[in-house]
This record gives sequence, C-alpha cells and structure tokens, in this order.
Amino acid sequence: MLELRDITKRFGEVLANDRINIKITEGTIHAIVGENGAGKSTIMRIAYGFYTADSGEILVDGQVRRIDTPHDAIAQGIGMVHQHFMLVENMTVAENIVLGSEPGSAAALDLKSASQKIRALSEEFKLAINPSAVIETLSVGQQQRVELLKALYRDARLLILDEPTAVLTPQEVEEFFTILRGMREQGKTVVIITHKLDEVLAISDEVTVMRDGRVVGRVKTKDTNAAELARMMVGRDVLLRVEKPDADAGATVLSLQDLRVMGMDGTPRVDGLTFDVRAGEVVGIAGVEGNGQTELIESLAGLTEPELVSGRVEFEGRDITTATAKERKQMGVAHIPEDRHRRGLLLDFDLAENSILGVQDREPIVSFAGVMLDNGAIERRARQIIKDFDVRPANPALPARSLSGGNQQKLIIGREFDLHPKLLLVAQPTRGVDIGAIEFIHRKLIALRDAGCAILLVSAELEEVTALADRLLVIHEGKIVGEVDPKVATTEEIGLMMTGGHR
Amino acid sequence: MKHLSELLFPLIAVIAAFIVGGIFVLIIGDDPILTYQLLIGSALSWPDGIGYTLFYATPLIFTGLAVAVAFRCGLLNIGTEGQLYVAAFAAAWISIKLGGTVVGGVNYSWASLPALALVPIACLVAILMGAFWAAIPGYLKARFGSHEVINTIMMNFIGIALVSYFTQYYYKTPGDPIMETAEIGVAAHIPRLGSFIPGIPTRLPLNVAFLLAILACVLVYIFLWKTKWGYEIRATGANPSAAEYGGIAVRKQIVLAMAVSGGLAGMVGINEVLGYRYRYYEGFSASYGFTGIAVALLGRNHPVGVFLAALLFGMLNRGGIFVDAFTDHVSKDLVEVLQAVVILFVACEAFFRGSFNRFSLLRRSKV
Repeated sequence: MLELRDITKRFGEVLANDRINIKITEGTIHAIVGENGAGKSTIMRIAYGFYTADSGEILVDGQVRRIDTPHDAIAQGIGMVHQHFMLVENMTVAENIVLGSEPGSAAALDLKSASQKIRALSEEFKLAINPSAVIETLSVGQQQRVELLKALYRDARLLILDEPTAVLTPQEVEEFFTILRGMREQGKTVVIITHKLDEVLAISDEVTVMRDGRVVGRVKTKDTNAAELARMMVGRDVLLRVEKPDADAGATVLSLQDLRVMGMDGTPRVDGLTFDVRAGEVVGIAGVEGNGQTELIESLAGLTEPELVSGRVEFEGRDITTATAKERKQMGVAHIPEDRHRRGLLLDFDLAENSILGVQDREPIVSFAGVMLDNGAIERRARQIIKDFDVRPANPALPARSLSGGNQQKLIIGREFDLHPKLLLVAQPTRGVDIGAIEFIHRKLIALRDAGCAILLVSAELEEVTALADRLLVIHEGKIVGEVDPKVATTEEIGLMMTGGHR
Repeated sequence: MKHLSELLFPLIAVIAAFIVGGIFVLIIGDDPILTYQLLIGSALSWPDGIGYTLFYATPLIFTGLAVAVAFRCGLLNIGTEGQLYVAAFAAAWISIKLGGTVVGGVNYSWASLPALALVPIACLVAILMGAFWAAIPGYLKARFGSHEVINTIMMNFIGIALVSYFTQYYYKTPGDPIMETAEIGVAAHIPRLGSFIPGIPTRLPLNVAFLLAILACVLVYIFLWKTKWGYEIRATGANPSAAEYGGIAVRKQIVLAMAVSGGLAGMVGINEVLGYRYRYYEGFSASYGFTGIAVALLGRNHPVGVFLAALLFGMLNRGGIFVDAFTDHVSKDLVEVLQAVVILFVACEAFFRGSFNRFSLLRRSKV
C-alpha cells in the first residue's frame, strides 16, 4: 500500500536515512525495528509529512505522491500515533478528535454527529472509548486508543505507531495487540516502530530492520527469531540473557523500617516498607508501574519533602531519614533516575557540564578557593566517562539533547558510577535504550555489584528485574506483597503477585 | 561558529527594525536615509556623541545584566526598576549621612568620611539595597512559590513610593521645589572619565560607573560560567528537577540569583547618584529597568550580548534627541518604535528560526 523509494534525509552532518526502501503490504502489520538512532522514526515521519526527504519518492497505492505536511498524509489515508500523546487534557474525547477538522458550519460546532461516528468506530474496532469522557480521567492505555480513534476518524487506512507500547503495562500491551489484530482483520494496515523484539514476534507479519540509517534486513516474521533480529539490529551477536555469578552479600548498607511516603494528595504511596539491602547484592522491586516505586526511589534519594516521609531509613547504620539529596550523595548514595530528561540531565547543557551534575561543589571539579570550576578537571572527567561507558558521539562539547536515549543513559550511569557509590538506586535503567546498550548496562550493573556496591533496582520490565536481581520483592499499592527467589519464580507467579492477586 | 550564529539573529532583528522604522519615517513625511544619518551620526560623533552614547548605555548594561542573571535561573525579574530606585536612594542617603552634608545651616550628616572610605561604602550600600529589594520576591518564590513576576512588579510600586516619601519628608532641602534630596558629600563623588583620561572633555557626564559596568560584565561572565554558584544557578534555570537531583538547593539558588540580579540593578544608583547628579532625584530613571529586559532579550542573556545591546540602545537614546530636534516631523518616539520592533523580532525568533529551516528544507527537497 505504501512504498518508500530511495529516501535520503540528512540533519546537518548526520545522515539519518540513507537510500531507504520500504514496502508495506496492505492489510498487514509491519514492524520497523532498529536501535535508537537507527533512523526508524525519521523515515516514518517523512512518510507522515513531518519531515521532507532530501531525495527519494513516496508511493501510495502505486502512485507517486507528494507528502509535504501531515495534512497531505491524512489526505492519502495515512495516520500516525506519536510516542508522546497530543491530547488536550481537559477536553473530551470527541473534542480532541475533531480538533483541527471541526465539523459543522463556521460558527456552530457539530459535536453530535462527530460523537456518533466516534462511537461507531469505537465499536467497530473494540476500543471501548466513550466520546464524552474527559481525557485526564482516562488511563494511559485509553488515551492511546483515543489517538488511534483520531487517526481512524480521519479515515486513515494505514496507521503508523511510534513505540506504542513504551507507556503501557504488560496487561495493556496484550489488550492493545488484540485491538491491532482486529484492525488488521478490518483491512487496515499497521506500521509499528519498536525496538522490543518479543513484541515484534508477537504482533507483526513482516519486519524491516534498520541500522545506522540503512535498511539491513527485510523478513517475514514467521521465518525469523529474536536472536537473528538482534544480530541484524546490532550488527553482532547479542547476549539476550544476563550471565552473573551468585551474589556474595556483605554487611547491610541500606535498611528501611516502616517507611511511608505520602503523595501530594495525602494518600500513602509507599505504605510501611521494611527491608534491607546488603553490600554486593541486587535487590529488585517488581511491580506494575505506579505502585509506589517512583516515590520509594525518590524518597531514598532525598528528593521528597521531608514532611511527606515517615518511618526510618538507615544507611550504614546512620539515620538518614531527613538527610538532603546532597548529604546522601556525599555519603555514597548514587541514583540513576527513571526519567532521564526530567531528572537526570540538563538537556541544553553540554556533556561536560552534565558529567559534573552532583559533584559541582567537590574537589577536583572546584579548585581555586572552593568556588571556581576547573575546566580541565571537568573535561577530564567527561572524557573518562565517555570512554568508559562508550558514549557516542564522544564529544564533551555536544549538548546532551543531541544524544540518543541510550547514550544519554550511558552518560548518566557513567556519572553515577564515577562516584564510587556504596549504594546505587536504579530506576528503569534501560527504558528506551537499545539492545546493544541494554546488554552493556546490565554487565556494568553486575560488575558494580561484584565490586561490593549495594543496588536497589526498580524496573517495569519483569524480565529485567528477574534477570538482574538476587532477591526480588514484589510491590503492590505501596506494600511489599512478597519476596521471591528470581532464579526459581515463574513469570506467572510474580505477575499474579504484582496485581495483588497473591494470598 | 557557534558564537557567530548566536549573533546573527539579533543582528537580523536590528536591521529589520531599522527597515520598519524607515517605513514609518517615510509615512510621516521625512527622508529615512537622512533621518538615520542624523540618528547614527549624532550618536557616534566624537567626543560628544560617543560620550553620551556610553553614558546612556551604562545603566542599561547594569539592568540588562540584572535581568540576564535572573533569567539564567529561570526567573523573570521585572522589578529592576524598583530595585534601582531604592538602591539609588540608599546610595544618596549614606553619602549624605557620612559625607558631611550641610545645607542652609542644617546638618544632615553624622560624619564626614574621606572619599577613599565613603565611595566604596556608598557603592556597597547601593548594591546591597538592590540585592535586598530583589531578594524579597526571591524568598517569597522560594518559600511560598508565589510568582516572582507579580511580586517584583508590586515591589516596584512599594519601592518607588517609599523613597518618594523619604525624599519628600526627610531629605529634601527646605524650599527646594524639586523632588530631590540634599546634595551628597563631595567625598562621595566619583570622577568623570574626562577628569583623568586625556582627550575626553570633562563636560561629558560619562564617569567611572561606565568602567564598573564593563567590569560587571566580566564578573557576571565569570560568576555564571566559571564558578560552582553560577553552575548551580544555571542548572536550576535549565531544569530545576535535575538540579534538585544533583544535590542543588533550588530554593537557595532562587534567592541568590535574585539577590545578584538586584545588586546589579542597584549599581545604576552608582552611575546616577555618585557619578552624575550627586543627589537622589525622583523620576531619574528613563525606564532603565524595563529597557533592561529588552537589552537582556536582545543580548541573549549573555554579558557580551548585553553589553552590545546596551550600546545600541544607548546610541538610539542619544540619536533620538537629535532626530527630535533636527527633522521636520519625526519625534524621538522613533527610537521607541525601533526598540519595540527589535524586541518584537527577537521575541519572534523561534517562529523565524522554524520558517528559515522550513525554507531551506524545501529548497533542498526533491520529493
């Protein structure tokens, strides 16, 4: 249905797409996979008219078409759902959907007929969305379905989905895939951009693999497997499992006693947690996102208002319940935050400046009179991190914004490792990170553990926590509902506990 | 290269403003070329033109830097006007109190200090008073989260009214019809540049405060980019959540940035009181504080840019007087039109950058 021929696109000196050829068959689900920065989002944005290609042509139903704006794309029956939703929070579903193509005359808005059409579409594709619901009352999964409706309402025949599952819980992913399969049965064509191989294998009919701005492979899903796709994506064999020796746990480093953290709305988010983390072990926290993991890690890092925290937190036997973030950092608590853009990085600052966040007031970064920054020391530190953690491109003068997600994450991890922490708080270490970097980050975390660091790990990827953790605690609604041995526990068992269905 | 492209857009904005201003001149019925010749010629003539241009630029450098420092911390200090008023009054007050001022047999002062002691004290008082006045809205923001824009505007009203009250009831000399304080002690005067630099006539009011303004540019640069305090302030401005994560006490940075900002605004008082009028004079500021916002905006919140932008605005102020006097129809309001259009263009930057990119993409596109 859609064919991209010899598309080339440059951003400054970066060749984002190099003579890309992709053919998408009508009525199929087509996955485009590749590491971050491989150019998969770029090529799809060209198809949707967000970017204009430097050269090449776009064919819709065998005809060459100019697609210069999203408007052109919509006219050709192409719709796109972005990774970050574009919805007005305090407006209803129907209002959001008609936004930009309001029905009715110039003065009067005819929402009634729009609502009817939305209701019909929602039923046809089993989306279960009420057109009069206000967006902010909907779950993330429902909001995503509103985005789907937005495209369907404009009579899209081909839907481009950019990393649609990144924001969904495992259960929501299953529901979402069922919807996609339903859409395929109704004759729609779906393009799904992702880097999660298990999802590719579960949902797609055909796969196009991209690497470094080029198409490196095109296969039928039934003829391939995860290892082969990973090899094509990364360009070498990838270890999909973490290999680690058993933990040699030492003294207790972190000790929580009845820790409670309140949310801003006065309800408890972390509800009476008591557990220890010892030197040389990884304690994993498994749970559906939003069950207190964020609040737990943030409060342990000293980022929560002290009046919201009660209970007791000890670090190496000292009470740190009310210690500030700075004091904790100085004691040897490092933190890899779950949201690297919000917490972890100063996106407009260069890599060198980002590499000193947290140590900007310490020797040797400050030298003269304890006030002046030592540019030489900053640059040395940045180069060391860039080298040790393989951050690319290896230029400390680049703004952090210009790096891919994986490289941004490696920079943060390198910066925190360089503190030689006694305790590392890690949240979602590999979210939005490509396979090659995931393997690298996992190996680094295990190496840090083996060097005697205590690690508390939170991840929404069940596979990741079970692979890395030596002990696994399952959290539900702010409470620990059980501890399991990650070596023997099954996914079903843990999954049941995560939903609170245990006991 | 990076720095050149930073300069490019402000430059385009200025050129565009001159073109738009020229159209206005044409509509009004004068010759734009001659008007601009007059404007620029009178601002760059030696020595008077340049002398006055630099003199007019001096307060704008201070207020421009003040706005820029606050902005780097993510704060909009709209209160530089009030800060420079209270600072100027404080400088005059201390220079009267410690400068041996006696008017008509009434002794206003406590002591009579020598210049070597009095000048630094008076400068410091101006800076500290400005800093204090700005730190109040800073503290309110840090402690209660109340918005600094509202509070700095309110502090403008309070500050200007307060010093007006003190001038009227305590420090005006009896019988003086003008709202101004008694004269400050001679020991508090800072010299005009003409008094020690050969070639500059002493009639020009350009004084040592201009050199302080240059020094302030250098110090602000060092402060923001070479000290840990500057890093923490900029980090707070760039991303408060990340700053907090990096162990930076965000609230302290807000108060600190506002205090530094206010201190810089307060330095206007040094130029005005110690270097020019030798007294506090009500209404002395030709909206220096507000023009400072424009200067910072055009100067991209960087000391070098602020310096250049202040020179441009100083030039326009000087030239505007001549345009007013020597053209048939054009008044000095032309200068305000030019300033406004410059700001309009700078404010539209994002829009223009976007369309520039789009145009260049279209040119290269073959699809």
